Amino acid sequence: MLLAGMLLSGAILVLGGLSAGVLARRHAQRAVVLAVGANVLAAGLGLLVALLTLLTGASQMTVLPWSVPMGTLALRLDPLAAFFAVPTLLVSGLAAVYGRGYLAGKGPSSWLWFNLMVASLLGVLLSADGLLFLLCWEAMSVTSFLLVILEDERAEVRHAGQVYLVATHLGTAFLMVLFLVVSPGAESLAFPRAGTLPPTLAGLAFVLGLVGFGTKAGFVPAHVWLPEAHPAAPSHVSAFLSGVILKSGVYGLLRVVTWAQEPSDWWGWVLVLTGLVSGVLGVVFALAQHDLKRLLACHSVENLGIIALGLGLGLLGLTGGSPLAAALGLGGGLLHVWNHAWFKSLLFMGAGALGKATGSLQIEAAGGLLRRMPGTGGAFLVGSAAISGLPPFNGFVSEFLVFMAALELLRSVHPLAGVAGLGGLALISGLAVACFAKVCGVVFLGEPRSPGAEKATETRQAMLVPMLLLAALCLLIGVAAPLVIGILDAPLGQLAAGAHLAPVRGSLGWLAALGGLVLLAGLALGHALSRRPSQPGMTWDCGYSRPTARMQYTAASFAGPLTEMFSFVLPVRRHGKPVEGLFPAAAEHHGEVPDPFNQRLYEPLFRGLMRFSLRVRAFQHGEVQLYLLYIVVALIALFIWEAL
Amino acid sequence: MISMLLGLLLAPLLTGVINRVKAFFAGRRGRPLFQLYWDLARLVRKHMVLSRTTTPVFLLGPALSLASLVTGLALVPLGGPALLFFPGDLLVLLGLLALVRFATVLAAMDTGSSFEGMGGSREVAIGALAEPGMFLALAVLVVQTRAVSLSEMWAHRSLDLWNSAGLVLALVGVALFLLLLSESCRIPVDDPNTHLELTMIHEVMVLDHSGPALAAVEYASSLKMWIGAALISSLLFPFHTGSAGLDLLAGVAVVFLVALAVGLVESTSARLSMLRVPQFVGLSSALSLLALFLVIR
Repeated sequence: MLLAGMLLSGAILVLGGLSAGVLARRHAQRAVVLAVGANVLAAGLGLLVALLTLLTGASQMTVLPWSVPMGTLALRLDPLAAFFAVPTLLVSGLAAVYGRGYLAGKGPSSWLWFNLMVASLLGVLLSADGLLFLLCWEAMSVTSFLLVILEDERAEVRHAGQVYLVATHLGTAFLMVLFLVVSPGAESLAFPRAGTLPPTLAGLAFVLGLVGFGTKAGFVPAHVWLPEAHPAAPSHVSAFLSGVILKSGVYGLLRVVTWAQEPSDWWGWVLVLTGLVSGVLGVVFALAQHDLKRLLACHSVENLGIIALGLGLGLLGLTGGSPLAAALGLGGGLLHVWNHAWFKSLLFMGAGALGKATGSLQIEAAGGLLRRMPGTGGAFLVGSAAISGLPPFNGFVSEFLVFMAALELLRSVHPLAGVAGLGGLALISGLAVACFAKVCGVVFLGEPRSPGAEKATETRQAMLVPMLLLAALCLLIGVAAPLVIGILDAPLGQLAAGAHLAPVRGSLGWLAALGGLVLLAGLALGHALSRRPSQPGMTWDCGYSRPTARMQYTAASFAGPLTEMFSFVLPVRRHGKPVEGLFPAAAEHHGEVPDPFNQRLYEPLFRGLMRFSLRVRAFQHGEVQLYLLYIVVALIALFIWEAL
Repeated sequence: MISMLLGLLLAPLLTGVINRVKAFFAGRRGRPLFQLYWDLARLVRKHMVLSRTTTPVFLLGPALSLASLVTGLALVPLGGPALLFFPGDLLVLLGLLALVRFATVLAAMDTGSSFEGMGGSREVAIGALAEPGMFLALAVLVVQTRAVSLSEMWAHRSLDLWNSAGLVLALVGVALFLLLLSESCRIPVDDPNTHLELTMIHEVMVLDHSGPALAAVEYASSLKMWIGAALISSLLFPFHTGSAGLDLLAGVAVVFLVALAVGLVESTSARLSMLRVPQFVGLSSALSLLALFLVIR
């Protein structure tokens, strides 16, 4: 019943997408309405099904006839899949509504790809067969690639699309090997049963999954495609890519973990390390970015790092025999999957609204937008506080759980992991506060720095409403934390038998109450202050009475102390004409921060690969005589081999 | 409850004590002990000047800071368990402190002033380094006492702990004191008395706040210092007298001793160059890490 509902939701998406594709030429308007309507409808139905599955903990499986060799059409809806289906459907529904306003009639046929992308992600979550999984996975990758290159008249978009396509297929190659390795028999690629893989095989599967799924999730060092591809896509697609599609990698990895008889110690350590490196480097890269969407994409690397850190701490708790630490770590990681979906898609939508209103995504060109776009600005501020892990918003709740996992490990089984998790996550959240103080301060506060920003007006309602809903959700999860974590119990049970978050419910209750209290008291006090008698004046600039917008602190200067501190991982490229002489003429300065992994790892690697391929190409001459010679040589070699 | 009320009441006195110590060292008579109280009373009655650039964020900054710190004070034990305690309350306290930082910096950026932007930039850079320091310092106490609540840690402190792990506790004490200096913007990180905008950190962020808003800012900063000093007092001062009243008295006395120590540091040391400040703040993390490796083994 539940599974059928979820399949119906997928079918609605596909039908809506296909009819939009057919109608796009003649009746563009109607096509868009159909596709968006299908998204909203599918989201409503699917969310109901997913939440029911989570609350009841039910698991349903069905095997339909399928004549594909080695494949079975095995579908399963269990709490883990349902857990990931919730952000998929909620964000897709809201992103579709937003996207209709954002595209404003452009590219009606792109809705075909959008709907198919969402449906294929649902397929990924529902498959219980390797072949079916890979088919859906590929469909998801290709449709999202087509959406990334929607604005293919821009060269950087084409480049981003190429990078994305290569990266996703390199990842998929590892997944193919993974499913071949774990499949139970030679004639089938069905998923192994939960808890059946022996340790060695499970370890191999974990490594393959970490590389393959980690590429999709954007773990460092497989993150380099992410800051290219996500900013290139239109904003509603970026919201879905960053908010949801990345999580398909997390889902895959967790699925692999459920197959193991027993997870090993080193899995947890590997995940903790991956999480720390991704988290710290992600936010440090973000600090140095001046393109808003690129900055947000780097923050996705950071947040996926936090998720990996939580899951790693949880696994260490599981293998070390601390069920509470296991529940806290895994629960915190899982909850962060949800939370990141809400605030990251909110922030990408905000960035899109900003780009539409001012004509630029450059942080340095914005300013003073909270006055001009109060709705967008307010929602963006909420999203920023949430992603920085500040009370009373949702990011604080999941980071609280991860911190608690670290504290629990610290005083029980793995103190070293506790120290690493605690210190690392503290550094990450401190840096995130710095980065979002920069974004909010420079983009939304102060005075506009460009004519575009000066003329900006509030975005249209279709784009505003989804953002406000997501902002409300960020607050709701923050102040209803003890209720929300009940939903985590069923998927947690699949990862660690018997793990549940009941012991921290009381703490979460206080956390939510205090957070809500601070917000209410702060708002009340702020209101009271604003009622006090005041007179308007101008900003104090040391007695200088004609301040201009250009005198404001820039984003680059704001992040300066921290980017200097981390200059060992941030190779800043500077060029321009320096200020010279006593009476300097025009001077200029440009700075950009290329990704060090691209520079030092991938570029040499691909250059080497190219050189090797060129050398190997010498064999392919195009002359028949030469090919005959190869055959003769090969035959002789084989004879000799046989004779020996 | 009483300890929280005492905190709300006595927090501005800390500044007075520090100023008196500094005046003593400089051979001056110094400001009256209760000067900050008079200042606050005067500011509350005044009108405000609001820059035309600002938005509601400008007033929300001090308001949210004050609300967070009053709430945070309810989690800090002093001479007895705190008003509220639960497993993980230390994380909530640190979360609230991060919120204070975010709100203050955004209120500063709201004015569009280059000086306040500069102050905000310095504040978040120092904060990003101070945050791991705070978590790691408390982590040492978590390992030592096996407790994940501040009030429980308070209950576990004892002379035995100092006898068996004195070095570790001393390291934590120094780390917490360094963090107190940097978080409450004292020398050698920041100088509350400097008159040059270019060299300020905290003071420059509130240049445009006036009247009641400035009063909220000033009061919030003294609460922040009280919280830091109270943490040092209740987590490290090892004596239980057995009577709640005496415990509270001793706890408050230690808080003022901490203020005295801050005054001593301010009188006898020079301010660090801005480039050296990250090393100073990082030192607290290093000390806590050292302590952690001593206790974990």
